Amino acid sequence: MHMADALISPAVGGTMWAASAGLLAWCARKIRQTLDHRLVPMMGVLGAFIFASQMINFSIPGTGSSGHLGGGLILAILLGPHAAFLVIASVLTVQALFFADGGLLALGCNIWNLGFYPAFIAFPFIYKPLAGANRATPRAWAAAILAAVIGLQLGAFSVVLETTASGISELPFGSFVLLMSPVHLAIGIVEGLATATVVAFVARARPEAVPSPAGSASLKPALIGLGIAALIVGGAVSWFASAHPDGLEWSIAKVSGREEVGGGAALHEKLARVQEKTAFLPDYGFQPAEEPAAEGEPGPEPWPAVSAGTTVSGVVGGLLVLLVAGAAGLALRPRRVAS
Amino acid sequence: MAHGGTVQRMDELAALESPAHRLDARAKAVVTFAFLVAVMSFPRHEVVALAPYVLYPVALLSLGGIPARWILKKLLVAAPFALFIGLFNPLLDRQPVALPGGLFVAAGWLSFASILARFALTVSAALALVACTGMDRLCAGLERLGLPRAFAVQLLFLHRYLFVISDEARRMRYGLALRTADGRAPSLRVYGSLLGHLLLRSMDRAQRIYGAMLARGFDGEIRILGTARWTARDALFTTGWLAFFAAARFWNLPEFAGRLLTGELR
Repeated sequence: MHMADALISPAVGGTMWAASAGLLAWCARKIRQTLDHRLVPMMGVLGAFIFASQMINFSIPGTGSSGHLGGGLILAILLGPHAAFLVIASVLTVQALFFADGGLLALGCNIWNLGFYPAFIAFPFIYKPLAGANRATPRAWAAAILAAVIGLQLGAFSVVLETTASGISELPFGSFVLLMSPVHLAIGIVEGLATATVVAFVARARPEAVPSPAGSASLKPALIGLGIAALIVGGAVSWFASAHPDGLEWSIAKVSGREEVGGGAALHEKLARVQEKTAFLPDYGFQPAEEPAAEGEPGPEPWPAVSAGTTVSGVVGGLLVLLVAGAAGLALRPRRVAS
Repeated sequence: MAHGGTVQRMDELAALESPAHRLDARAKAVVTFAFLVAVMSFPRHEVVALAPYVLYPVALLSLGGIPARWILKKLLVAAPFALFIGLFNPLLDRQPVALPGGLFVAAGWLSFASILARFALTVSAALALVACTGMDRLCAGLERLGLPRAFAVQLLFLHRYLFVISDEARRMRYGLALRTADGRAPSLRVYGSLLGHLLLRSMDRAQRIYGAMLARGFDGEIRILGTARWTARDALFTTGWLAFFAAARFWNLPEFAGRLLTGELR
């Protein structure tokens, strides 16, 4: 998801630089105010840990592929949002400077896409309220997966927005979303699993290393978080759907050579209907894909496979299923008698 | 995934002595950023006018004695994303464009070529900056240009401990490989305890580093030693390149040269 300079216009790059730099300066000030000097070496070493963690993979059951830790969410869990944002930004900067992984002009975009969403949306609004005090419960796992998925979906969505606004790639907005969204759904699930596993282990081995949540079991922040996510995604989709109707005339099937998913008009119509009925999408059956799932799709969670050929409704529906699964996990969690 | 190796090689290059290395980090950072903005501000079908910009990374790299093969290899490794997204352009933008010689191509091929050219230019310039400056001097320079102190310190710490933690991870991977038969990646369970241990060890190390810092009088404030002095050479370097970038941006220099050669210019 690291954007290269070659696809960014100076206006977009500059805007995102300003946004990320502002957030960075604010986080730097916040960290100074905490006066916790231990954070200085801890942040540096955990940034190095994120690099090193990508050298070790785990195999995803049922598929031949393997996954590894992404970074943003676990940093936020361990360090809190402000320090985590600074660490993510430093990791991305080193990646851009030493590995040419993401450009310098695009660094503002990358820091925003991969830092802001996990640290300031997914962690405080999804993970923190949902995870509960015990990090080894299915509830904490579901919260990590949901938070990782939402963080990555928002990030992937921003990549598309920034690329489209730059106007260098010809890829139309709708099709680009269809490319990015399912892939990052899979990546999000893998990242959520990895994060939850490591956090659960550390919480068991050394409980004081993982700061415990504030203890409020209120669902309100989670709902606010989901609302923000839905607003960003929904707002952008509808904006582009109306601004570039002809951009959607092209369907991904024609390019990728897969089976036809329907004419452009139908796609446009569906997009328009998606924005009308954000509630439940009554008209769309959630079709399971015929093709075998991409990469690491079926995790342990029961999950309808999403292929690149599915339409936006599939993506939205997929997220909804995930939400329902998360809610079910919450409702079904074993009730313990207070001891 | 040899993170340590790449960074180490870059640090070796950055430790070289050359005219490019002796320039102030601020001069190189400002010029490189101006370079990126200039290159990316061209209209998307532009290919020819980008040619003069090759001069900057080439000049910096050769002045700094950085092997070209190393940069080319890094370019290839980083190319797939730009290639993948750019490849849609010829498929989507099919408007024919006349080329000299009576050839017609889809406009998308031009913008695709432009994306690749921009990619090669921007990536090589960024790599040249770090290879000719080094992380310590670059961070010190950026801090004096207004980068928040906490972030500069974070970058320096990250750079310093990258090897240490990577070595730790590598040893774990060897240990795992020696104890498993099929060479497959471990299950999620095993992964959790492996990485969890790595995380705990990293945190312990941070604790020890903190203790060592306290023992040396750390008071919550890191001071970055900035020995660099801005000289006339730095000023010349900066103004010269900025003027060149501006000239190449506002006039199509290759076309101008071509006309000069073919005698069309009057």
